[in-house]
Amino acid sequence: MAISARPAPNAVRTPAWNDPQAVPYVTLERVTKKFGDFVAVNEVSLKIYQRELFCLLGGSGCGKTTLLRMLAGFETPSSGKLTIDGVDMTDIPPYERPVNMMFQSYALFPHMTVEQNVAFGLKQDGIARAEIARRVADMLELVKLGQFARRKPHQLSGGQRQRVALARSLVKRPKLLLLDEPLGALDKKLREHTQFELVNLQEQLGVTFVVVTHDQEEAMTLSTRIGVMNQGEIVQVGTPKDIYEYPGSKFVAEFIGNVNLFQGRMVEDLPDRVRIDSPELGGVIYVDHGVSSAPDAQLWAAIRPEKINLSLERPEQADNVAHGVVKEIAYLGDMSVYLVRLDSGKMVRVTQPNVYRHADDLVTWEQPVYLHWHPSSPVVLSE
Amino acid sequence: MTAYRWTQRLLRRGVNGRTAVIAVPYFWLLLFFLVPFLIVLKIAFSETQLASPPYQPLLQWASDRVVEVKLNFGNFMFLVEDSLYWSAYLNSIKVAAISTLLCLLVGYPIAYAIARAKAVWRNVLFMMVILPFWTSFLLRVYAWVGILKNNGLINNFLMWLGVIDQPIVMLQTDFAIYVGMVYSYLPFMILPLYANLEKMDLTLLEAAADLGCRPLRAFLSITLPLSKPGIVAGSMLVFIPAVGEFIIPALLGGPDSLMIGKVLWTEFFSNRAWPVASAVAIALLLLLVVPIALLQRVQGAAAKGAH
Repeated sequence: MAISARPAPNAVRTPAWNDPQAVPYVTLERVTKKFGDFVAVNEVSLKIYQRELFCLLGGSGCGKTTLLRMLAGFETPSSGKLTIDGVDMTDIPPYERPVNMMFQSYALFPHMTVEQNVAFGLKQDGIARAEIARRVADMLELVKLGQFARRKPHQLSGGQRQRVALARSLVKRPKLLLLDEPLGALDKKLREHTQFELVNLQEQLGVTFVVVTHDQEEAMTLSTRIGVMNQGEIVQVGTPKDIYEYPGSKFVAEFIGNVNLFQGRMVEDLPDRVRIDSPELGGVIYVDHGVSSAPDAQLWAAIRPEKINLSLERPEQADNVAHGVVKEIAYLGDMSVYLVRLDSGKMVRVTQPNVYRHADDLVTWEQPVYLHWHPSSPVVLSE
Repeated sequence: MTAYRWTQRLLRRGVNGRTAVIAVPYFWLLLFFLVPFLIVLKIAFSETQLASPPYQPLLQWASDRVVEVKLNFGNFMFLVEDSLYWSAYLNSIKVAAISTLLCLLVGYPIAYAIARAKAVWRNVLFMMVILPFWTSFLLRVYAWVGILKNNGLINNFLMWLGVIDQPIVMLQTDFAIYVGMVYSYLPFMILPLYANLEKMDLTLLEAAADLGCRPLRAFLSITLPLSKPGIVAGSMLVFIPAVGEFIIPALLGGPDSLMIGKVLWTEFFSNRAWPVASAVAIALLLLLVVPIALLQRVQGAAAKGAH
């Protein structure tokens, strides 16, 4: 896998975002964008470092595309400041920014050949013709489109067009590349393949990528860090693992992957462990790490479906156990998804890997089962 | 049973509902274009005579069994020999070409502005382009007489201002013809251009800006080439009727502004030389077939190039 092929020094070094000495490449300071009364982006502050592959993830209308368009210069912030490589870019028009963008629709010029499309940006800079030809040829080689140089965009497949768009946006060697749903228009197989190509290319060229996507799987595979957006605000920034394992809010927990949320009240609050009584669960959730929260506050314990075990006999542990009846089974090949109705009536989603061939034969519809999990699994959320 | 057999027989020969539907417009064109055209063609080959109708028949019974066919090429020879027709054709093409160019220069910015206007304004502006069609074409050209003549609106206004003390002669000049042509045919230029510019994908301009292209250059290298089909369609829609235009040069032009439409009118109504008039019409038609064929080729190529 391409992701494990990351250059070693990078992996060993402290990531830039944890290094207080590191100078951010892109900074947003309380950037706001309003369209009339509608606030598309609300006071977003963000630091993105060189060579990062930063994903802005969110549902439609969350403001991620507006944020990207402000980085490109197509929209001017209503307030706030935006710098790229230390230079204030807030009011600089797009054609003067050291930034290139790959559009969701690719926006290839239909009247130009692949070659002319890729050369377009270089021509604007008045680069010598021989130099343009060489760089275009190199770029087309890199995206494996050399033999299609003379074709027009309408003579290419979706995947080929995507690569032309990528070549066109990379040929000017931008320091920052913006990608708007780069894989959105590709079918599933091609998308997976292209994901790894993108990551490879990004590492090869050392370009900083900012990617907008609504597809959490895409964000997880591609990015060094993810910024989850909701209603114009960035609700959490972190590595894919941070976001998945330590969601900071119910919204993030539910947006990324599947999650079971159990509402409850703190009954034991110690620095290294807490107990939460949850009527929804019909038992006590024991968590092996401390949680900062007001006493007696309403809390939610979030448990991922794959972290819940399913058994027919009652496990020995007293806490972190629930009893229910299997209502639905979905066999997905590599794993099976079970929807279990607890005695309290709450539906819980559990996934179990099909480690051996007949693993799912034991559990059938309407079968009473016990659910249990490790005390490290729940994440306690207060909102 | 017989109805069924007939249907089967028709179907076997490739006649079905689809061909029937296509046949209707073909039949229309055949009846109202091709047949009259053939009649005109027939007259063009006949000889003038002082009678009603004022031409001799092509086919005549010479005796009981012999049909005499008289084809008279004289009318066409006449067109070639008399320099009047040549200069009328050339002048018509010149006037039409310049009018087309002027319409393009005036119409492109208008079409562009409408296409880029806010959606609420677009329909209003569009209506304003079409609105003049609600008044008779003839009346609108007459109105220009009132505006341009020596004691017309413009001259009176300028004299009142004191800018001039002698009226500027505008009516019955080529200038007046161009004013009338551009005024009358401008909507035909604007409509196809607007249709083309309006459907253009604006992210292409964002992409150009993103690649370092300033707005003016983006217009020249993206918008303009992509609007070529609109430019060609608009130019043809102006050029073709402008070549044969009769009313505008007759009302606004001077006695020496020679245009083929006027010549045709004179031959037909004043000289009652139907055969010569028909020959002029046939030659004009052939003259216009070339640009129409050109238009179709360009549009065919554009359709292939579109995505």
